[in-house]
This record gives sequence, C-alpha cells and structure tokens, in this order.
Amino acid sequence: MNERFQSIRQEIMDGIEEISSSKAVYEFKKQFLDSKIGKIGLLMKEMKNIAPEERASFGKGVNELKEWAQVKFAELDEKMKAKELELRYETERIDVTMPAVENKTGNLHPITQMRNEIIDVFAGMGFEVFENKEIENDYYNFTALNTPKDHPARDMQDTFYLSPDFLLATQTSAAQIHTMEEKKPPIKILCPGKVFRSDDDATHSPMFHQMEGLVVDKKITLCDLKGMLDVFVQKIYGEGTTTRLRPSYFPFTEPSVEVDVSCFECGGKGCKLCKGTGWIEILGAGIVNRKVLSNCGIDPDEYSGLAFGIGLERATMLKYGINNIKLLFESDIKVLEQIDNN
Amino acid sequence: MLVPLSWLKEYVDINVTPQELEKKLFSCGFEVEESWEVGKDISNVVVGLVEECEPIPDTHLHVCKVNAGEKGSFQICCGADNVKAGGKYPVALVGASVYATAKDHKTVEGVMTIKKGKLRGYESEGMLCSGVELGVSEDMYPGAGYNGLLVLPEELSPGLDVKPILGLDDWIYDVSITANRPDCQSILGLAREVAAVLDQPLKEPSYDYHETDVKKEGFTVTVEAPDLCPRYIGHYVYDVKIAQSPLWMKRRLALVGQASISNIVDITNYVMLEMGQPMHAFDSEYVEGNAICVRRAGDGEKIITLDEQEYELNSNNLVICDGVKPVALAGVMGGLNSEIRESTQAVLFESAKFARDNIRKTSRALGKRTDASAKYEKGVDEYATVHAMKRALHLIEELGCGKVSSTHVDVNTGNSIEPRIMKVSMEKVNNVLGIKVPEKEIIRILGNLNFAPENKGDELILHVPAYREDMDSYPDVAEEVIRMYGYEHVTPTFMPDALVTMGGMNVKQKKELKLKKDLCGTGAYECIHYSFFSPADLDLLRLSEDAPERNCIRILNPINEDLSLMRTTLAPSMLGAISRNQKKGNLSGRLYEIGKKFIAKELPLNDYPDEREVLCIGIFGENESFFTLKGMAEKTAESLYVKFEYEPATKPYLHPFQTARILCEGIEVGYLGKLAYPIAEKLDLRTDAYLLEIDLKTLSELPSGKASFEPLPKYPGESRDLALVMKRNVTCGQVEKCIQSSCTYVKGIKLFDVYEGGQIPADKKSMAFTLDFVPGQEPFEADSVDHFVKKILKNLKNQLDIDLRS
Repeated sequence: MNERFQSIRQEIMDGIEEISSSKAVYEFKKQFLDSKIGKIGLLMKEMKNIAPEERASFGKGVNELKEWAQVKFAELDEKMKAKELELRYETERIDVTMPAVENKTGNLHPITQMRNEIIDVFAGMGFEVFENKEIENDYYNFTALNTPKDHPARDMQDTFYLSPDFLLATQTSAAQIHTMEEKKPPIKILCPGKVFRSDDDATHSPMFHQMEGLVVDKKITLCDLKGMLDVFVQKIYGEGTTTRLRPSYFPFTEPSVEVDVSCFECGGKGCKLCKGTGWIEILGAGIVNRKVLSNCGIDPDEYSGLAFGIGLERATMLKYGINNIKLLFESDIKVLEQIDNN
Repeated sequence: MLVPLSWLKEYVDINVTPQELEKKLFSCGFEVEESWEVGKDISNVVVGLVEECEPIPDTHLHVCKVNAGEKGSFQICCGADNVKAGGKYPVALVGASVYATAKDHKTVEGVMTIKKGKLRGYESEGMLCSGVELGVSEDMYPGAGYNGLLVLPEELSPGLDVKPILGLDDWIYDVSITANRPDCQSILGLAREVAAVLDQPLKEPSYDYHETDVKKEGFTVTVEAPDLCPRYIGHYVYDVKIAQSPLWMKRRLALVGQASISNIVDITNYVMLEMGQPMHAFDSEYVEGNAICVRRAGDGEKIITLDEQEYELNSNNLVICDGVKPVALAGVMGGLNSEIRESTQAVLFESAKFARDNIRKTSRALGKRTDASAKYEKGVDEYATVHAMKRALHLIEELGCGKVSSTHVDVNTGNSIEPRIMKVSMEKVNNVLGIKVPEKEIIRILGNLNFAPENKGDELILHVPAYREDMDSYPDVAEEVIRMYGYEHVTPTFMPDALVTMGGMNVKQKKELKLKKDLCGTGAYECIHYSFFSPADLDLLRLSEDAPERNCIRILNPINEDLSLMRTTLAPSMLGAISRNQKKGNLSGRLYEIGKKFIAKELPLNDYPDEREVLCIGIFGENESFFTLKGMAEKTAESLYVKFEYEPATKPYLHPFQTARILCEGIEVGYLGKLAYPIAEKLDLRTDAYLLEIDLKTLSELPSGKASFEPLPKYPGESRDLALVMKRNVTCGQVEKCIQSSCTYVKGIKLFDVYEGGQIPADKKSMAFTLDFVPGQEPFEADSVDHFVKKILKNLKNQLDIDLRS
C-alpha cells in the first residue's frame, strides 16, 4: 500500500520536472486530484474495498498524499504563474517615449473665452446678460443714443445701411436702450454682441465684438465707474493692475472717459506692448448722458448711470499676443488649438 | 491735426518742455498721436565760416578751411558752386547726421552720418550743407531752396548750432480732436486749451482793419437755402497785388504740409488753419452779375472745380453761384472759373457756415474730401465765421496785398455769437464726479476756459463762449472741471447707494454655452465668421433661383460684393473655413459655429428681421464619415435634452444619398450630409467634408427635457440579437421606430451588422440588432422577453415585411 502511495508521490515528483506552464500544471494536477479520474481520487474510491481494520491507516495515507499533492501543485502553480506573468510583461514592453494616442478636445473661440471671462466678473457684481441685435434701427443705434442725423459722431462710425431706417449695429450701446425701455432701475446689464463698421485692414475688421455694460441707479458717480473698473481689471489682468481715466468723447456719455490699464506685460515700466507708455487702452466709458436716460423714460434728476464698452477683439489680442485681427476670423485650426479653454 | 509748437507760441506763452506739453494735452483730452522735432534727423550741424577756399585742379571741387568756432577748424572738400572764402554755411561735423540726397542733390534718400573722408587725395573732415540736406525748404528759410550751399547771415558766430537758426528745433504735434470739439480744429482753438491747462492768458491774434470808402456798387448776396447755409459773410477787396507770401506765413504753412501758392490763396489757407474756418476767395472779375447766390444745385447742373474735375450735381448739393452759374461747390472746393490768378485785381472773400450733414453727404457722394469739407463735416461755429473774415481782412492789410472796401455783406439766420448764459449748481457738478472739487478750483478752471463764472452761493452763472456749442448741461461742466482738475483725483468707490441686483446668464445663454462646451468635447473648435457673405456663395451652393436662402438682406454700402449679403445659411462660411484649412495643410478637423441667419419679413427692410441662431458644424478628414457627424448631431441633442430623428433628404450642395434632414418632435430643424463632390472639387478639398446645420431657435421653441435622475432598474434586464431580412429600401430608422413602438421595455436598439449577398435573396439585405429589454417595477417572467420578441417580429412583418433571418 505504502509503495503505491510512494510511487504516486514519485510520479508527481518526476512529472513536476517536466511542467513548464500553468496550463500544464492544471492538466497534470487533474491526473491526480480529479475526483473522478485522478489517481488520488481513485484511491479514495477504493476505500470501500479495503479491509475495515486497514481502512483507518489507508484513509490517513490517502489524505496525507492528497494534502501533500495539493501543496505541491499550489506551489508549482504559483511558480508557473509568476514565470508567465514575467514573460507577459516582458513581451508587452513598450517605448514610453512614443507619441500619445490623440484625445482631442476642441476649444471655445478666443473671443468667446474672453467674453465668458468678462461675464463671470460682472455677473458676480450683479450684472445680467442681454444680447444685442445685429440688425438695428437707426433710432436705437443713433438717435436714442444722442446722435442725431447731422451729428459729427456719426462720422466716427462708418455705418452699413440695409434700408433708410435699418442698419448693422455699429455699437452694442443700442441694447442699452432696448433694456432701459423694458426695465426700470436698478439696472445692471452687460450686452455682448457683434457690431459692424465699414473698415477693413490689419487692425480693423468689418465685424467685431463689443461688450457694453450699463448701470442705472441712484447717485451713480464717476468714482463708482472707477471703482468698478478697478475690480474688473484686477480680475482679468491680475492683482495690482490699475486704471487710468482720461477725457474722451462719446455722444451717449457725459463726462466720457477712455480707460487705460497699467501694462500687464511690463507692470508700467514701458515695453513694446504698451509702446513705452506703461499704459494700454482697453475701453471707453462714462456717465450716461441725461438725454439718453430721458429718451428711455427714466428721470435723469432721480437716476444716474454709468456705461462702458469693451472691444473684445482688442482685449483678446492683447491677452494672447495675437497681432492680426484677421486671425480671429480665419478659423485656422493651428491658431484655434493654441488658445485653450480656461 | 498737425500743430507746430512755434505757431502755438504765437498765442500762448509755453513755460513747459515740448514733452510736458504733450502730457498736458493728453490729460485734458487731446491725445497727441505722434510728435516730433522738425529737425529730428539733424544733429551736430553748426555755423561754419569758410576762411580759405582753393579749387582742386581738374575738378569742380574746392578744398576749404572751415572755422567752426569752439568746435575747431577743419579741412573740408566741397562741390557746391556757391562756396567761397568769407561765406558762412551750415557745416556738418564728423559724426553729424543729415539727409543723404540722390545725384540731383534734391531727392532725399535717407539719413546719413558724416565720416572722415578723402576726395582726390584731400582729407575732408565734415560737410558743408545745402537746405535739402538739412530738411529745410525755401518756404522755411530763404535761400534754402538753392541747389548748392545754404548761405547763412554774416552776423552769426561760427560754432553756433544751426537748428534754432533754421527752425529745426521746432516741434510738431499730431493731435487728435474728438468730435465734440470742432472748435479745437485750429491752432488758435487748441491754443485756448493750452492756455487754460497752463494757467496762461491767451493772446488773441489781431482782427482790426480799415475799410476804405470804395464800394462794389450793387453787389448782393442771397441765400436761397438758409437751412444749409445759416451764415454767409462776403467782403470785397480791391487793388489786389498777387505776390508771394511773407516768409513767416510760408513757413507756418510749410510746417503743416500746406504748399504756399500766392498771398491771397495763402491767406485763406492760413486763416483756416489758424481759426478753423474754411475761407474762399473768388476773382471778382469772373463773378458775373455782381451777385452771389447760395442755392441747391439743379439736377444735372455741372461744375468744374479748382483741380479741373467736372462734377454733375443734383439738388442735394449746395452751390455758390454768381448771377449766372455755379462758382463753387459749397464747403468743398471752389470753381475753376473764378480761381485766383496772377492777374487777379479784386477778390470776394467768403466766410460761411454750412450745414455739416449736407457737406458730408456731398463730399461722400462725389468722393471728394478736402480740408475744408473735413472741417465743415465736424462743424464750424459762427463765432469763427465772423472772426475769420476779420482776420483775413487784417492779413490783407498786414501783407499789403490789397485794400479792404466797405462792401461787407452778412446774411444771417439770426444766430447770436454772444456768450450764452448757463446756470449750474456746483453740488450737481460734484455729484456727477463723486468727489468734492474745491469751489476755488472750479471757478479757476471755468475762468481759464473763458466761461467768466459768477459765483452766487452754490450756483454758478457761466457765460459760455459761442464756439462752445457742446456745452449743454451740468455734466458738461463736470467734464470741463475734471479734465482740467485731473482724473487722478477720481477715487474708486463701489456704488454705495445702489440696490442689489441678481447677475448672471439666463437659461438660453447657459444652454448655448453648455452646447458649445459639449461640442468642444467632441474635438471641435468654435469658429466665428462674418455675418455677411457673397452672392457667389449662394451660387457655390448651387441653390435654385427661388431657394429661400437667396432671399437675403442686402447691405446698401458694402465694403465689396463679397461682403454684401446678410447670411441666410452658415454653410458657405464653414466651407470657406474648411477650404482655408486645407490650403494650409490642415487636412482633418472639426469646426463649428453658432451664429445668426437673417430672415427678412419683407424687403426692403422696414421692420426688424428675424435673427435666428443656427449651429453649423463642418468636419473633414479621412477618419470622418456621415456617421461621425451624426454622432455630433446626437451629442447636440443630448446637450439640449431633445431627441432627433433622421430621414433621407436632398440638398443641392450635398451628396444625394448621404444626406438627412433632422427632425425634432416631428418638426424639421436642420440637415446633415456629405459635401457634394463637384463643390469639394471647386474648393480644392483634398479630403471629404461633411456639413450640418441646425436651427437652434426652432429647437428652443420645442419642448425639451432637462437633467433628471431615474432610479437604476431593480431587476436585471435581458438582451436579444435579431438578424432581420428586409427589402433593401427599408431604413434602419424605420426598423428602430417599429421596434420601439412595439415594446416599451426596449431601452436600447443597436445595429451591429449589415449584410447583402449570397446567403439571402438578391433584392434583400440583412440587418442585425441587439435589443436591450429592461423591466419596470416588476421583474420579467421567464417567457416575457420571448413574448416581446414575438410581438416585435409580428409588427416588423406587418409594417415593413421583415422576416427573421433563418
């Protein structure tokens, strides 16, 4: 009996030497441990034929053999699997410096990004967003904004006409009027939109984007305009950016100012970007002209307002160092992919 | 506007450097776009006395010994014909910078630096200079026009810097004048501002003159169009002697780039530059009928202007006529027939105010812009009209070029040029600014600006000069105060009295931004294209004559034909973008634009048109197909919480069998498809392109879902694969629709195979789908899904004649 156990043991020991894969381990193990066909399994089945007095020691011997074999096969299996894993890793060796698989995400247009950034800042200050019409009525674009037919300010803007009364909006300011006609103070609105002027060269595009801001409430002053724009430029161009106001002229504001920011490239020391002046012109603004308020049915003795208009192309070009406005409208993927959403 | 510093100094003492003056102008509202020293390119040129001058044999050259005072004594070779011992000339020392001229010694070719040299074996340490080499013309310095050395006066000491002597140390400012300040469109007008900002008095020019008893008997002026000509002043000047203008006048004209012509013509130009009032002089001999009449031109009436151009006029144009014919195009240019000639003996001076709008329209319509028309367009005030005539007559006497008659005609619509009284509250002024400017300062500033303020408690009485037509109300006064007081005094505050408002984007704006970001997530870049396009774009799309897209709103004054129509589709702009990318070697990519199309209710426009937001996607490249684009359409639907359906369709610019219309809730909202090959060829596309357009406005009017949470199914679902055989013209969409309507438990239908070939009948195809069945509140029974499949197959058979593949 013991010889049989011993020979199975030997058979396993010998067989193990030949084994070289975990699959072979499985097959080899089956030859011994399978309850139906395995050699050790069959020994178990012989139990009923064994004389009762020998059964105990036979059973013990079979169990010992079985346990021994299980341990052996487990060890072997582990060894084979480790070897195979190593081999698998080896065959899957790669050159990690090879190019990545592309995972393309597009970008919002640089102007949309700039627009969103500005909206975010002013939304926090309580400004709602109203989009302008691209096709405007002469009244809203000019007359209501204190620019009557013979006004020299009409020269400042070369207007595209569509009919005697309709034209392509030359400024987003017209949206102010529409809003003020419908909404009574307190008003805080931003009006982004496309505007059009008959100009076409390296720094002018016949279509461009503006963002108009308007506040109408009680006791609004030039100091409030300055305070608001200071916050705005610090959010957009960074802490420490300051503004400078200087006189200008727009028919719909009085006083009118041009607003410069301290150069965000050189911090005001003077560089190529600011043409050595330390300042960069970014927007026009002012206190809303009393006539404009009256035209919209708002009592200028009770309320006052401030307004500002930002050219988005200019702001965008300054931010990214784009030198030709045409690049913004050419949709060259090589350009668009450079300006990541932020 | 060009402003020479020396000319400004005529009217105001300037006690600051040229650079400081520029800053002062900037701070009070006059941006200096550029400024330069007249002799910016000239340096190290001094007065030189030629002590010895010996001809160099066999040449036209002389070798000179030049005494340059404390700079030293130099041997210089000189080729000029007027060099002689004892003469004084500008000498450019070694290291000096002067203009280089061409062989003709007249044409400036650049700037050069003087170096030591050798000519015919003679050392030369410097150069004796001509006027041209120093940038000085005859009008700026007498003798400077001579093609040879510029001869300097005897009394100058050798070694003196020539720049102050020749006026090369003068400064020119190019000042931009805002549209509200036409009164500053002149040297005198700007001088008023300079005086105010420097706290200096203004020295008015002289306006006095003496009329003789001579009259031009019977002379009349009539203004038939007072709306277009509110003021017309004429004055008759006789015994005219046409000659050159004096140097001081020529010099000033030259500094601003105005050529000197003759004393009379120069006076009109000088006065315009000085006072901002365009003037005109008619040769009285050619003014027929002893009369001037200002009227609208007759239709078809013609005039030949001074520059010998002929114009055909109409009743929108204002003309100055004599008793018979037009003699000037009002406010734009004089007529050739009455121009000042050498022989002119008497002139009629005109100083008039014309309606700015009318002059602008005439100038635009005829394409003729002159200095005069530019001034009129911006606005001329009557104060200047009156004073300019006085000034011109004064100059006639000062130059001694004629006698001032007592025939003075002034046709006036009744406007006063006396100061207007305006009352303002200082408190209101300060309330606009948000700071308290000291009363003393307010009064000082307004006094400097000639408003002669009178102080009555809080109220100020201002005497606003007639030339300040822009002054209307207290905010105007606030602006005057702060621009002189200084914007640096404006301190930041944050609307302490304002009410709280809720900010941010509305639902529509948020949705649009989300859609844009979702499309970026598919690898597409957002584009922005012009809102206008070309008629050729409509032809490119091969749209039929009656296609709705051709019903465009037209720009009456487009930059060019290519930018003349408002878009009715975004497709052409997108094709343009794809084509440009391919030309630059970008052979694949995804682009999208959300822009507006413009649908007129009627043409020509007399109401707002419908501005409709449209999404346009364009993709191109070897890896793109109809279905990759359809994936983006599905992404769009998902982003907007709507469901799209697709039906085969055709578009003249798309592939006849790879085009679909997009429906939402049964309503057509757009299309997608592959670009037709002939168009791709026309655009030189190297890879296939696909286009999609969706009318977002239509979509926004349809019901949509919103982000919501549905609990995950409690019980497991089951999947079944069905291979179906059908006629070839049956679409996947039809099958899906039929399956979906047959069983509500179907939550997913996925096509995984299409087969046509030998194993099925020739006129048929097979499509294989995986259907996902998901139970509701109760688990499926053992045979539930089999029942569902049976029902589905029955419906497929009945509705579409579809069989299960055996």
